[in-house]
Amino acid sequence: MLRVKNLHARVAGRDILRGIDLSLDAGQVHAIMGPNGSGKSTLARVLAGHPEYEVTAGEVLYEGEDLLAMDPEMRARAGVFMAFQYPVEIPGVNNAYFLKAAMNTIRKHRGEEELDAMEFMTLVRGRMQELDMDETLLNRPVNEGFSGGEKKRNEIFQMAVLEPKLGILDETDSGLDIDALKIVAKGVTAMRRADRAFLLVTHYQRLLDYIVPDVVHVLADGRIVRSGGKELALELEDRGYGWLEAPVG
Amino acid sequence: MSTSTETIEQLASREYKYGFVTDIEQESVPRGINEDIVRLISAKKQEPQWLLDWRLTAYRVWLTMKEPTWANVTYGPIDYQNTFYYSAPKKKPTLQSLDEVDPEVRRTFEKLGIPLDEQKLLSGVAVDAVFDSVSVATTFKEKLAELGIIFCSFSDAVRHHPELVRKYLGTVVPYSDNFFATLNSAVFTDGSFAYIPKGVRCPMELSTYFRINAKETGQFERTLIIADEGSYVSYLEGCTAPMRDEHQLHAAVVELVALDNATIKYSTVQNWYPGDKEGKGGIYNFVTKRGKCQGVNSKITWTQVETGSAITWKYPGCILQGDNSIGEFYSVATTNNRQQADTGTKMIHLGKNTKSTIVSKGISAGHGQNTYRGLVKIAKGARGAHNYSQCDSLLIGDRCGAHTFPYLEIKNSTARVEHEASTSKIGEDQIFYCRQRGLSAEDAVNIIVSGFCREVFRHLPMEFAVEAQKLLSISLEGSVG
Repeated sequence: MLRVKNLHARVAGRDILRGIDLSLDAGQVHAIMGPNGSGKSTLARVLAGHPEYEVTAGEVLYEGEDLLAMDPEMRARAGVFMAFQYPVEIPGVNNAYFLKAAMNTIRKHRGEEELDAMEFMTLVRGRMQELDMDETLLNRPVNEGFSGGEKKRNEIFQMAVLEPKLGILDETDSGLDIDALKIVAKGVTAMRRADRAFLLVTHYQRLLDYIVPDVVHVLADGRIVRSGGKELALELEDRGYGWLEAPVG
Repeated sequence: MSTSTETIEQLASREYKYGFVTDIEQESVPRGINEDIVRLISAKKQEPQWLLDWRLTAYRVWLTMKEPTWANVTYGPIDYQNTFYYSAPKKKPTLQSLDEVDPEVRRTFEKLGIPLDEQKLLSGVAVDAVFDSVSVATTFKEKLAELGIIFCSFSDAVRHHPELVRKYLGTVVPYSDNFFATLNSAVFTDGSFAYIPKGVRCPMELSTYFRINAKETGQFERTLIIADEGSYVSYLEGCTAPMRDEHQLHAAVVELVALDNATIKYSTVQNWYPGDKEGKGGIYNFVTKRGKCQGVNSKITWTQVETGSAITWKYPGCILQGDNSIGEFYSVATTNNRQQADTGTKMIHLGKNTKSTIVSKGISAGHGQNTYRGLVKIAKGARGAHNYSQCDSLLIGDRCGAHTFPYLEIKNSTARVEHEASTSKIGEDQIFYCRQRGLSAEDAVNIIVSGFCREVFRHLPMEFAVEAQKLLSISLEGSVG
């Protein structure tokens, strides 16, 4: 589904990614771990097409297409969803309205019929229950006045409604208490399907107790320095990142 | 990054849709202003002597006045002797029915989306159509008359209801009020008049649609609305003008009077021609609008969406004279390209326990300059007065400006006055967030702007809210659930 080859990227004149290679198949969950500043979030944002990040070398194929040539909205419409590390507030814009506009834009792109308000609400209420979300959040402005946990849950809720093929979670677990973390993990696990893949960017192993990854990659200084099974995450938990500083293999 | 900047620029440089000219035979008075012109206008309208005298007094006061320079706008000198003060389509001045409206004029209004055919009209809206200096049609007159509601052109009101006009004209905006209002008092041509009798709730929206067509002509309309005890009326005003290279002056006066327990809602979508990208042409919109909450428990709400005009100079205010009366001002003002707006409100608290609310949203794009200027005055006798003001500015791009000048004059220690202000830029992060959810950059800007204006739009009557959102090229924020 996703092939990342020798990806280099920079932001504000600083090189952050220095040659990432990654291959993610449909049905898989890959975790990207690494110390602060290793480039984890940069990778997520480059894949989503954040305009501040400049790709200086390499290529990314998404379902065989050149992902980097696509505008951010075209990536989204093609099924790439990123749950933001810091979800943005849009004052005055009703959360449900925003999501309905997004969903219908994506449906239109896929040649599907747009949902009317009733159909949309039925769909949305179901998803909200699954994520144990307060329905009043629907009628509040997007992320405005949301607690940190509510914002993160709102991201997962949006993902559940938009049903992407590739879900990228950028440190969704940071700042969540254990109950919220469990709910988020439950939501993601429920979405796992043979034709869907996830990339989990996380600093802590904790999230991986609840969403079990197929592959764990460790990033250091803009490169993947080690990849392995879920045991690798546990090892990191025990030993920290220090022992991985020099590239292996 | 470039994509969203481009979108912002596209949005800011959108073409003006209403810039066509109607080719029609015009009747006008000679250029310039002097006592003879004032007499000529009055004679053309077959006005009574008292009104001519009123005009002449105003004219003589105007000669002693200076054009104000305190507003935060810049423009070249206006040659008042090079303007036409009266222009009308050549047709009989009074129409027996709507069918007699000149077909060209009728087509003009149809092109603007204002059909003058009662069957085609939105059933809930009665329209008075003003073309240059005269009212050309008023719809649903008879239906309203059954309830005792008078809705007609100002000229008709002078002819048929002179006692009402004489009683209220100039009681809210006196002829000596300010340079532009005084000029208007001398040369005003037409406008709308509405009177809602005691205890009547006006069953439809009353609406006036103003169109400037003639070249080098100023439009000086005058509107007077009186809501008698316990009545309610919602009034809408819309306006457009052709694209012309020279600036045109629009100096209107609106007076509202609300008696005991009466409510007036006055909404404006102002879309005069704003001039081109370089600031060539466009309307100078120098307007005086004021309402008087004369009676106890009366209420006046101004809602305005100002998207047009090269320069907007406008401060719809409320004089809160009756005890427990309420004044509200909700405003969205946008300036693109070289547009300048200096707009806000005046809330004058005189009665006890009077309350005012001000919500002002300024949007600046291109090289636009947007100023909020507001006065909250609480007189000595106004015990228990309360004002809440909120002024928010949104900047699109980095060549525009937003300015806020709130003035407070408080002479009673029991007053409560609150003021909040904010300035924000549409962030690349907000646009990216929307795009990551599949929305185009243009839709993202529209959605963000519509969210910013939401508090004001929800005070507009439904049909107008739709037009206003379209005007800001915003996809409609429908209510879900």
